[in-house]
Parts: sequence; C-alpha cells; structure tokens
Amino acid sequence: MAYTEDDLEKELATKEYKYGFYTDIESETFPIGLNEDIVRAISLKKEEPEWMTNWRLEAFRHWQTMEEPEWANVHYEKPNFQSISYYSAPSKKPKFDSLDEVDPELLDTFKRLGISIDEQKKLAGVAVDIVMDSVSVATTFKKTLAEKGIIFCPISEAIKEHPELVKKYLGTVVPQKDNFYAALNSAVFSDGSFCYIPKGVKCPMELSTYFRINQANTGQFERTLVVADAGSYVSYLEGCTAPSRDENQLHAAVVELIALDDAEIKYSTVQNWYPGNAEGKGGVYNFVTKRGLCEKNAKISWTQVETGSAVTWKYPSCVLKGDNSIGEFYSIAVTNNFQQADTGTKMIHLGKNTKSTIISKGISAGNSQNSYRGLVQINNRAENARNFSQCDSLLMGNKCGAHTFPYIEAKNKSAKIEHEATTSKIGEDQIFYCNQRGIDTEKAIALIVNGFSKEVLNKLPMEFAVEAQKLLEISLEGSVG
Amino acid sequence: MNLKDKLLSSYLTSQEHLDLDNSLHDIKDEAIKVFEEKGFPSKKQEDWKYTSLNSIIKQDFSLVSKQEDTIEFKDVKKYFIHDLDTYKIVFIDGVYSSYLSETTHDGVDVCLLSAALTKPRYKAVIDVYFNKIAPQDSLTSLNTAFAKEGAYIYVPKGKAVNKPIQILHFSTGNEANLMLQPRNLIVAEENAEVQIIERHQSLNGNAVFTNSVTEIYAGKRAMVDYYKIQNDKENASLIDNTHIDQQDSSEVSVHTFSFGGKLTRNNLNFYQNGEHNNSILKGVTIIEDKQHVDHNTLVHHKQPNCESHQDYKGIFDDNATGVFNGKVVVDSIAQKINAYQSNNNILVSDKASINSKPQLEIFADDVRCSHGCTIGQLDEDALFYMRARGIGVKEGRALLMYAFANNVLESVKIPQLKARITKLIANKLEVNLGFDV
Repeated sequence: MAYTEDDLEKELATKEYKYGFYTDIESETFPIGLNEDIVRAISLKKEEPEWMTNWRLEAFRHWQTMEEPEWANVHYEKPNFQSISYYSAPSKKPKFDSLDEVDPELLDTFKRLGISIDEQKKLAGVAVDIVMDSVSVATTFKKTLAEKGIIFCPISEAIKEHPELVKKYLGTVVPQKDNFYAALNSAVFSDGSFCYIPKGVKCPMELSTYFRINQANTGQFERTLVVADAGSYVSYLEGCTAPSRDENQLHAAVVELIALDDAEIKYSTVQNWYPGNAEGKGGVYNFVTKRGLCEKNAKISWTQVETGSAVTWKYPSCVLKGDNSIGEFYSIAVTNNFQQADTGTKMIHLGKNTKSTIISKGISAGNSQNSYRGLVQINNRAENARNFSQCDSLLMGNKCGAHTFPYIEAKNKSAKIEHEATTSKIGEDQIFYCNQRGIDTEKAIALIVNGFSKEVLNKLPMEFAVEAQKLLEISLEGSVG
Repeated sequence: MNLKDKLLSSYLTSQEHLDLDNSLHDIKDEAIKVFEEKGFPSKKQEDWKYTSLNSIIKQDFSLVSKQEDTIEFKDVKKYFIHDLDTYKIVFIDGVYSSYLSETTHDGVDVCLLSAALTKPRYKAVIDVYFNKIAPQDSLTSLNTAFAKEGAYIYVPKGKAVNKPIQILHFSTGNEANLMLQPRNLIVAEENAEVQIIERHQSLNGNAVFTNSVTEIYAGKRAMVDYYKIQNDKENASLIDNTHIDQQDSSEVSVHTFSFGGKLTRNNLNFYQNGEHNNSILKGVTIIEDKQHVDHNTLVHHKQPNCESHQDYKGIFDDNATGVFNGKVVVDSIAQKINAYQSNNNILVSDKASINSKPQLEIFADDVRCSHGCTIGQLDEDALFYMRARGIGVKEGRALLMYAFANNVLESVKIPQLKARITKLIANKLEVNLGFDV
C-alpha cells in the first residue's frame, strides 16, 4: 500500500514520547511559591556572596512590577508562579572523581537517553557538565581544560570562585530587567554553566551540558554565561530531554554569550523537552532568552534544532556591536500534535561592516502552530551592514499553521538586506520523482525533509548532528527513516 | 479639547442635517460607539508600531468648512488628467462641486454617496453593500459615523463603464486645519468592469487631515482597476482605508503612487470570498524631507484556487521614513493558493529609514506562498557604466530609479495615466530624460 501524507499524519498523531520516564532521586525541594524570602533562601542555599543576593533581589523586585508578555503567537494556560517550587536539587551532593561514584540510577537515566557519559568521554572527547534538575553533579575533562586556563564549571561555583568574572559579565547582555522571564530567571536561577576561554585559546573540545527537568512541579531556571576572551574560540553544545509529566512544566532559561575582539562562539542546541501527548495535554513551557554580544571582528553562531516543548518562545539573538562582527542563526523547528513554537532571532547591527545570516526552517504537522519571528535592525552608524534571511516552512496537513513575522528596520543607506520566505508542502512531483526511481513514499518523505533541513543540520558539530537527525526522525516518526 | 473628544461631541450636531433612514442612523450610532471605545490607534498597537498619529491628532481641526468654497477650473486644471476623457467626481473641502464634475446615470451610476444614502431608488444597493465590507476598526468606524459624501459608483451586471472615472478631492486651505472624511462605495456586479483614478490634493500649505474609506465590491468575473495618486503638499495627511470584497473569478488591482504628503497611511484590505480570484496590489513610493508613507496591506485568502500578487517599491531620501507591513492570511480550506509578495527599497540618504514587515499566516498545506524583501542601494557599477558613456550622475541615478519602479508602472493599463505618473517621477527626481513624454 502506498504510503501517503495522510498515513504520515496518522502516525504523527499517535506517536508517543519516547523518553517519558521519571527517575526517583531523593530531591530536596523548597516549598512552593515565590517571595523575597525564597529568593534569599536560594541564594543562601547556593552559599552566594551578598552582591549576588542583592542582584537577585533587584531582579525579583522589578519582576513583580512586570506583566507576562502576550504578543507571541502562542496560546497557553498561564503558569501560576505561586504554585511552583523554585529550587530542587538532588540531595546527595558528592563530588565525583570517577563515574563509578555517580548514583547508578542517574547513570541509568542517561543511558536510556542514549547519552552514555563514558562513551562520550572516550569516543567524542566531550566534556559533559551534567545538570540534573538544578545542580551539576558531574564535570569531566576539567583537568584538560584547566591546563589551557579554560574555566568550565557550574555557575554557582563560578560565583564563589571567580566572582570578578561573573560580576563583570553577568547581566551585561541580558539585563535583569530585560523581559518578564529574564527577570524571573535572574531572581531565582538555581544553576547553570559558566565558561571562560582565556585570550587566544582555542578550546580543544566541544563543551556540552545536558539539562533535564526531573522533579515534578519544579521549574527549571538555568543560567548560562559564556565568555570568550580576545582571539579565542569555543563550541558549546546544549541538549535537553524531559520525562513525561502531566502538569505543564516551566522552563525559563537565560543564556548570555560574550565574544570579545576576534573571538568566536558557536552555540548549538538540540531541544527535545516533553511536547505533551497527542491531545495536547501536558508538556513543557519553554520561555528562553538567549543573546550574544559581539565585539570587534567577533563571531557568534547559533544553531538550534527545536523538536520538543508544548510551547516554545525563544529568540537567540546577536548584538553586533563591534565593527566587522558576524552573527549567524540556523534553526530547524519541528512542531507536531498541539505544539506551538514562536521562535526566531534578532540581529542588531551597531558596528560597521557587520554581517548576519538567518536560515530558519519550520516544519509543522498535526494541529501545531509554527511561527518564525525575527528582527533585523540596521542602526544609523552601521555602515555597510549586510543581512541575508531565509525562512522556509513546510506544512503537513491542513490543521497546522505556519506563520512568518519578520521585522526589518534599516536606518543606514549603505545597508543591504535580503529577506525571503516560502511556505509549501512536500511536492507531489518530488515524491513522484523518487517513486519513479524505486524509492517508496516513506523514504521519499524522509529524503525530502532531510534535504529541507540539510542547510541547518550541516552547521551542527559532528557529535550533535547524529543526535539531531535522530530527533528529527523521532519527531516525524514513520515518515523519516 | 483633544480631537477625539471634539469628534465625539460634534457627532450629534453633524447628524442633524442628514435626512437618513433609521437603519443608517443605527449603523452610524454603532460606529461612533466603536470609535469612542477604541479611539485613535497608538504605536502600542502592533499594526501601528511604526506610524504615530500623535503629531496630527494633537492639532485642532475644523470638521466642516464654514465658507462657501469655489475654485476656478484653471487653478486646478493641472491636477486632472486632461488628455483623457473621463467621468469626474470632484469635491472641494468635502463638498461636491457640480461645475467641475461630470457624472452619469446612463446604464451605470457614477454619482454621489450623499444622493445614494438619501434617495429611495438607491436603497436596495445601499442596504446590501454600505458598511458591509469594511471591518469595524476605529478609523473606519470614525469615517462611518461621519460619512455623508463621497463617490458612489454602481455598475450593474454585464456593464462596463465606457471611460475611466476620476475622483478628486481638493482642499482650499480656507480653513487653517481641516479634517475630511470622504466615503466611497464602488459596486461592480457580475461581469462588470470599471477603472477609477483617485487623487487628494490640497491647494495651499494649510494642514488637512483626510480619513478616507473606500468599499469595493467585485461580483463574479468583475474587473476593478483602481489607481491612487498621493502627491500632496507637505502639510497634508492622509489615511486611506480601502476594503475589497471579491467574488468568484473576479480581478481587482490597486496601484498606489505615493510621492508626497506629510503622513500617508494606506490600509489596503482584500477579502477573497470566492474561488479563482486574482488580487493585485502594487505601489511606488518616492518621498523625501520628513515625509512618512506606510503601506499596510492584507490579503485574506478565504477560498481555494486564488492568486494574489503584491509588489511595492520604495525610494527614500532625506529624513523620509517608509513602512511596509504586508500580511497574507490563508485559511485552512483555501488550498491551491498562489500568493506572492515583494517589497524592494532603496535608501538614498543616511537619515532615511525603512521598516518592513512582510508577514505570512498560513493554515493550508497545499499552497505556494512566498515573500521577498530587500533593502539596498543603486548599483555603483551600473552608475559607472552610464557615467563612462557621458550620462551625468543625477541623470544616471534617475534612470536607475525609474527602472527600479518600472515593473509597477508597466501594469498601469491607462496609457495617459502612465505618462502622467512617469512625468511625476521625472519631476520628483528633477531630471528631464525624455522618458516623461
């Protein structure tokens, strides 16, 4: 029987979340609700210095005056911020020297996720800073990195051990008061990663962290800060999976990247939070603020593969402050069932000869809504700024929607901006062409979707490309591979 | 007293002289309530993010011209396309000028809305079409509440208007600040055809604020060809709200030429309520000084097998700002849609700016929708090529700009109008290259 798009649609509708399980690790969880005492308690728990506590409180006080944004093209039941617990950490906090000491149950979790630490250590040469709920429990390859002067540690540790660096850079790209969720994150972030690459150092390995939301009813508020000093290079990977939960879980992370003169940061994400079941029940709310600052000749490149979450609200951005700096954004967003994604980027051109590239691929299936929202802004002093944007959407079935909201603002006459967008379905002639050559419809759809996303997949580091392809396959299971 | 309060308080008195039946009064009462609730749009609204009406609505405007205004034909002759035989509907400060006009009731109705709203013989048409196409947004509602005059064009089934129709709005400037709210209703029944040219012109530098609403109904296989010339003085502001209802196999095209005025906002909305429609939206904007032109377009594909083509070109000099906000919506039942949208801009000066927001909202899968947007400069190599052949910088640039705008001009179907617009562009670029014949 010929495999048609209708079949694909059916398969997509019934596909279950593969990674839905729950690890029972004794957690230490704060009472639910949010007030100044909770913020103080989090800070105390993390043994933070006073300046940090005040920084959090300032953010919290401002957050109370803010309103939840409603402009995004997503509809969801607003989280009740007083019914969430803001801190959850695995209760045993041993410092491990080797993997043997890690809680076997935890290791098993990672194995089921397909992220075997030892395998990665041996094969991929990846240093993994594993964040289980909110506290980092394992950090590998620290020595190799330390030799080069690279600091890669949980941000809570960085606050204690490298306060001068954290103080100097934290909140410089995403200020505490930037937006509703950034302010919330600034007040209550429990942990995250900190990375500093010294002058002229090329980080010898891909740095990576895996975030997981584990404890029921705990929001995950990660804070990542990556600083690449002059002339340095780092490639940073981030990947997520979350267990199946019926309550909507809130994830409000902040990622700040700072690329000083001539530095380059490559930040890749594979996001596969629990998207909710086929009826649209449950799933993670993913409200993330990611932004990078480029100084002279610096380059920041964001690559993301978004397949999970019930609601995604995410705009990895670049502020191209220095002359000749470069910003790039490559994205694949796949939505299925009742998922909603409103994602895109902002490229703010401030310096001369700045360049930016935006490639966004959206694939919507089922009853999902997929939006691209992007801003390209050329300020009046940004001579010879150059932007190229391309947003393509692929629709499967007529119950889903694809939307494009590009904002293009040019204030300099030497600016060159190109933007193009297309929306279409998989062409019958394309499938026919494959059929003719003996490729069945299922494989043909796989080929075409892969080809559609290739431009972005190619930008991922090797370690991630494999996993990303796997995720695409799972997300569109039945059609791909 | 701000403008909104003034409008609200003068609403009742403005209705006293009108001899309207109850259903129309109800429509107007409803409309003023909508305006009272919503007020003038502000920059906080997404659709008005880049255009502020503050500088206009803080001024005090007279809502009616108190004097009897007369102008001589020789003074305004240049604003007519006089080498073209047309029907003419001319308004001076919002009041119909019979001696400058040429209307008809011969097979088609080309006359006045005031007549249509009050005379029983038009009631059947008014009941079906008046205020039915326009959505109830604040500015359209404001116009509905005050609407009493404008063009009324009714083309019955199978008729074609034998010559184009010019609609001209002159403001004399006898009032220091005048607000005008013309309202046009154009109905083209099955297989009907009509061509319309519309222009707003102020005759001196006094401020005028026009909030115009045009409703166009295109029946099955009807053809409507509409041209808007916006080349007003530096103190004239225009908000043009045009709402178009298209039935099966109809074709409606709207060309907008924006060359002047202080603030121009075009809300151009196409609703495709039938299959096999074709909607064409084209525009050329060439502005300088502190002028501001905002094109806000919507093409709503509600039925399958339709097409839409949008092509907007803009050239911005000095401190001019341009906005393009184009939206294409495809409903889930509207399969086999071909929607194309293109917006190209050239910034000539460092202080000019352009904000472009081409949006797609697609709910159907078997469609081909694309949009493109560019912002760039004139090709230096092309300029060099011409200079090497003895063409001056200014002329060379003008040639390139003319070429840039040309594919919009090419689709103008009335040769005399095309010549006139070419001439306007040549004047605008201050060159004489012989292309403006």
